[in-house]
Amino acid sequence: MTVLDWLDERVDLRGVRHFVAEKGVPLHAQKAWYYLGGMTLFLFVVQIFTGILLLLYYRPSAAEAYESVQFIVSEVEFGWLIRNLHSWSANLLIGLAFAHFFSVFFLKSYRKPRELTWVSGVLLLFLMLGFGFSGYLLPWNELAFFATKVGTGIAGAVPLVGPFALRLLRGGDDVTGATLSRFYGLHVAVLPAITTALVAVHLLLVQRQGMSVPIGVERRLRPGERLPQMPFFPNYILRDVLAWYVVIAVLAALAAFYPWELGTKADSFAPVPAGIRPEWYFLATFHTLKLIPSHVLGIEGEHLGVVGFGMVAIVLVLIPFLDRRASRGESSRLFTLLAALGLLYLVSFTIIGHFAK
Amino acid sequence: MTPPPPESIAFDRRRFLDALLTVGFVSTAIAIVYPVGRFLIPPAGGEPAVDATVAGRAGMLRPNSAALFKFGTRPGIVLRTADGEVRAFSAVCTHLDCTVQFKADTTQLWCACHNGLYDLGGNVVSGPPPRALQRFTVNLRGEGDEAEIVVTRT
Repeated sequence: MTVLDWLDERVDLRGVRHFVAEKGVPLHAQKAWYYLGGMTLFLFVVQIFTGILLLLYYRPSAAEAYESVQFIVSEVEFGWLIRNLHSWSANLLIGLAFAHFFSVFFLKSYRKPRELTWVSGVLLLFLMLGFGFSGYLLPWNELAFFATKVGTGIAGAVPLVGPFALRLLRGGDDVTGATLSRFYGLHVAVLPAITTALVAVHLLLVQRQGMSVPIGVERRLRPGERLPQMPFFPNYILRDVLAWYVVIAVLAALAAFYPWELGTKADSFAPVPAGIRPEWYFLATFHTLKLIPSHVLGIEGEHLGVVGFGMVAIVLVLIPFLDRRASRGESSRLFTLLAALGLLYLVSFTIIGHFAK
Repeated sequence: MTPPPPESIAFDRRRFLDALLTVGFVSTAIAIVYPVGRFLIPPAGGEPAVDATVAGRAGMLRPNSAALFKFGTRPGIVLRTADGEVRAFSAVCTHLDCTVQFKADTTQLWCACHNGLYDLGGNVVSGPPPRALQRFTVNLRGEGDEAEIVVTRT
């Protein structure tokens, strides 16, 4: 009697067995994009795993944070590896999450009946940015310190609730050890809890509804015709694993050959170092805010920018409900154009922001 | 169309692929487990072992009293007996590492965790401690109340 039989006798695995046997992945020209979600999920698991390991030695206080990270990378065996993996994986994760986002955007996979999968996915993307922002401060180095000042300052520019949000985020009027404690709690408890729940919802929906087929492919099908399918177990999952191995290879190479800098310890009385800029995934936002004049039609530029980004975020969440054509299964040029413009904006502003003085 | 391979060849090919996959997955597992295992073991403490320390001044100890002091990273206890002799012990109970205290009423060293009792020679009187407290050598440096109590590990 195998373990599976033993379990089956007690909890009735018929549903699971049926699901595993029946699950298939539709085959068509755009199927390569299906890998991105799995690769992103894989990196999320890497983050949980390496994050828990870092917790063994990290100390979340202004006096000890920097030293403890220094201790991890210089004294603890393979500490450099774990920390580099965590930093690089975070960046690859956000990159892949954006790629996944745009692939779903362009292919209109968000259309009925998958609106909620999209909503949970966009919220997860925002959470990943939250992870990036809060985790960036934890080594308590100079760059992170000032980046957090600027970042929380932007939150402070939100009309009405800004000053409250700023104090809530910073744990006071300034970025201090209190901010570090808050960001630490956010990074290792609050965000992981919310993210885990949302990932579960996201995956459950994907499993329940199966993979979306692009509108173009669907429309070319003759009535009654079905796309060829590949069994998920074991054929497709092995291909997924292969994609994860590619991720591991890239990640390991980056972690081994390009150690993540620690910089110098934060000093609140030191001047801001020249050329300070946020992580690359905030560069487009950062540069846009720099370009907005200080006053537009009597409204403070900063306020305008922050409200603008907030509205973009809301529109992004609501895309499936705005794109009526795609929901009817018709091609939707306008939203393809929107996705293209969004991608163009992000890429160009990230590059300009990187080279701008 | 090529004819399907005879069953034995197909079987061998499958076994070969299975073996290849297994080797791949096991190597990956080792490549993960080994560094993680090494990472979990804390590096040897940065603090050097302390062999001698000054526990205080002779004047601070009246007869039949005691005081705790830092001996490296662990607590020690220095006491003066009723007839004036100064003694020092490790304050770490030999049972489960709690810190012992001086009981003036019975002139004993007492561990509050599990009611372990030691006499003023550090020997177990009653309770669960398996061994006597580690005893340190005491030397007085200087004269009178200002003399330093120098405790040395022997």
